Amino acid sequence: MRSRFDEQLEELDRELIIMGAMCEEAIACSVQAALTPGESPVPEGEQVRRVGELESAIDRKERDIESLCMRLLLRQQPVARDLHSISAALKMISDMERIGDQAADIAELSGFIRSADPAHMEHLRRMARETIKMVTDSVDSFVHRDVEAARDVEKYDDVVDGLFTQVKTELTALVAADGENAEVYLDLLMVAKYFERIGDHATNIAEWVEYSVTGKHENTP
Amino acid sequence: MTENIIETKALNLWYGDHQALKDVSIGMPTNRITALIGPSGCGKSTFLRTLNRMNDLVPGVRIEGEVNYAGQNIYDPGLDVTWLRKRIGMVFQKANPFPMSIYDNVAYGPRTHGIKSRAKLTEIVEKSLRDAAIWDEVKDRLNKSALGLSGGQQQRLCIARALAVELDVLLMDESTSALDPISTAKIEELAMELKNSYTVVMVTHNMQQAARISDFCAFFLLGELVEFGDTETLFSTPSEKRTEDYITGRFG
Amino acid sequence: MEKLSGKRRAWNRTMKGLMYFCAGITCILLVFLMGAILYRGVPHLSWALVSGVTSYIKNTIGILPNILNTVYIIIVAMVIVLPLGVGAAVYLTEYAADRRLAGMIEFAADTLTGIPSIIFGLVGMLIFCQLMGLKEGVLAGGLTLVMMVLPTVMRTTQESLRTVPQAYREGALALGAGKWRTVRTVVLPNAIDGIVTGCILAIGRIVGESAALLFTAGFGVELNSFASSLHASSATLTVALYIYAAERGATDEAFAIAVILMAIALLINLTANSAGKRLKRGRGGL
Repeated sequence: MRSRFDEQLEELDRELIIMGAMCEEAIACSVQAALTPGESPVPEGEQVRRVGELESAIDRKERDIESLCMRLLLRQQPVARDLHSISAALKMISDMERIGDQAADIAELSGFIRSADPAHMEHLRRMARETIKMVTDSVDSFVHRDVEAARDVEKYDDVVDGLFTQVKTELTALVAADGENAEVYLDLLMVAKYFERIGDHATNIAEWVEYSVTGKHENTP
Repeated sequence: MTENIIETKALNLWYGDHQALKDVSIGMPTNRITALIGPSGCGKSTFLRTLNRMNDLVPGVRIEGEVNYAGQNIYDPGLDVTWLRKRIGMVFQKANPFPMSIYDNVAYGPRTHGIKSRAKLTEIVEKSLRDAAIWDEVKDRLNKSALGLSGGQQQRLCIARALAVELDVLLMDESTSALDPISTAKIEELAMELKNSYTVVMVTHNMQQAARISDFCAFFLLGELVEFGDTETLFSTPSEKRTEDYITGRFG
Repeated sequence: MEKLSGKRRAWNRTMKGLMYFCAGITCILLVFLMGAILYRGVPHLSWALVSGVTSYIKNTIGILPNILNTVYIIIVAMVIVLPLGVGAAVYLTEYAADRRLAGMIEFAADTLTGIPSIIFGLVGMLIFCQLMGLKEGVLAGGLTLVMMVLPTVMRTTQESLRTVPQAYREGALALGAGKWRTVRTVVLPNAIDGIVTGCILAIGRIVGESAALLFTAGFGVELNSFASSLHASSATLTVALYIYAAERGATDEAFAIAVILMAIALLINLTANSAGKRLKRGRGGL
């Protein structure tokens, strides 16, 4: 019956998916720039620039989706499921925007960690893969409104946190052993932290996906 | 949890052959506002009118089941209906002040129930008009005709008139649907004040109003009570799909 | 712009002329009637006529007794018909649950209004004078008139009750008023304009009635007090007109009485209209 409203809700969905895809791309580019400089066809200055562009686009997208949501709240006075969808969208875009920021931060550091020994980056590469998976899965769970999938993403955060702890331990040892290259190792630690933060944001997104379907959020009893 | 001041058990109602209410069992919590919502023809107004037996006025009406108030079934043949209507009053969709003075309108109820002393009546009139948040607007023209008031004022006068008889429960049958937004807002504020001393049961087809001011909500559909619960839960995570479809405007 | 064809215009003009003609005839009739009566009657209107008493001995004609008899008979009839008619109307409108029965009663009432008044006179004579043993007089005449006028009062009261909005009744009942109290305090006061109009129309009919009173109120022209007129043969103004015109050949006086009766009829119509309007305005309304 409210076909215009339904169309607008579909538009909101599409925009969120686009934003999610932009986040995925931003992470992929920054990972390539930082961790696999020799392997990508595109020169790495290019990739860093590309991430910068994506990050700005993500910021713009956040503002667009935010104003769309505000308009829907004002005009349509949504209740129940519709209200959950729209308020979840408002929260999700801020997490996605932060993911964009983290990706840009990672890309910025790519220049500094180029001189690191590729062997030390194994865990980081694994973290990169896992966080990309988490972001992709959380966006997918939103697309399909799949509560189970969202819960899986939330649980997966533990994996990423565990990896971060491992990386931290390793790097601490490396700094102690090889004081001269401490700066590089600290940059590596920062990249690892950014990945861990991306994982947290992906978890938040998954929690809001759950809220949009069930009306219940993790943090409220 | 507050107790219920009125409870119905398996209430059924027929207008001739047509069954308008099917097996409705529900309790109205004391000192709360309960809203009855649902699409046109779903039985919410019919149900409201069973609570003060105004349905008795309709020829050919038949009722089965119980409506319990103050420990008795109000459809008991021995019950004094005028006593019932003293305790359970009603305000209608269109304000219907009598073509008398404001004073006489409000005094009509108390006079009906035996109060003759002019001093006592004046006292009651003032208190009721104050409780209905209209005293300041009419105190200087109590002897003027009630028909000279605006629509919103007339409706508040009708509320004052109902309050004058010492109600327990005030039934409001779409009482703001004919009013402008400002009058509506005043009456909504009034209802929220009134629930401290009385119980309010209101029929509304304005869902934002139900969401704004009611504590509990009952959703009716085709004569059945589909869902009853506290308003925030019902409007946020309703248990029945039919309820959700109605409140999100997907039908109705 | 298309102009009306000549034929069309001629047709319009003809019809218009025809309508004016019909209206004109109506007005002319009224003017003629009133004119004739005034012409023949006014010269013979005098204070002596109006305040005097007819006496064979003194050879005077006075219609004071007739005026008084008319007044008495109005009082008797209205005092009885008012509660009866209003009560019946209240029952039919407010209380009757069986609409078929109510419908039959209403039909009976409507039919009664069409029955020729001489028949009421005969029936009145049969019931009140012969069966109940009442003597010819204002009482018997009044009761006969009650039968005649009851439907009028009942129906106009009913119509008036129907115009009282249902919302008033619901409002009163919702406050805990019983049915009778609602009727007494809310419904009836608001139907008063219709009731009053009905009464005035009824009085008009009473004043104009002659055939029904011939055998029931009689031909007496003595001056009586109210109490004694009840059981004494008392001619009202209309009957007096008949007596003086047909039996005594005093056509001049008859025309004078006609003038008075016409004036009364006019007065009653005006009063009915203005009283109805004023009371209606006083009601305000939903």
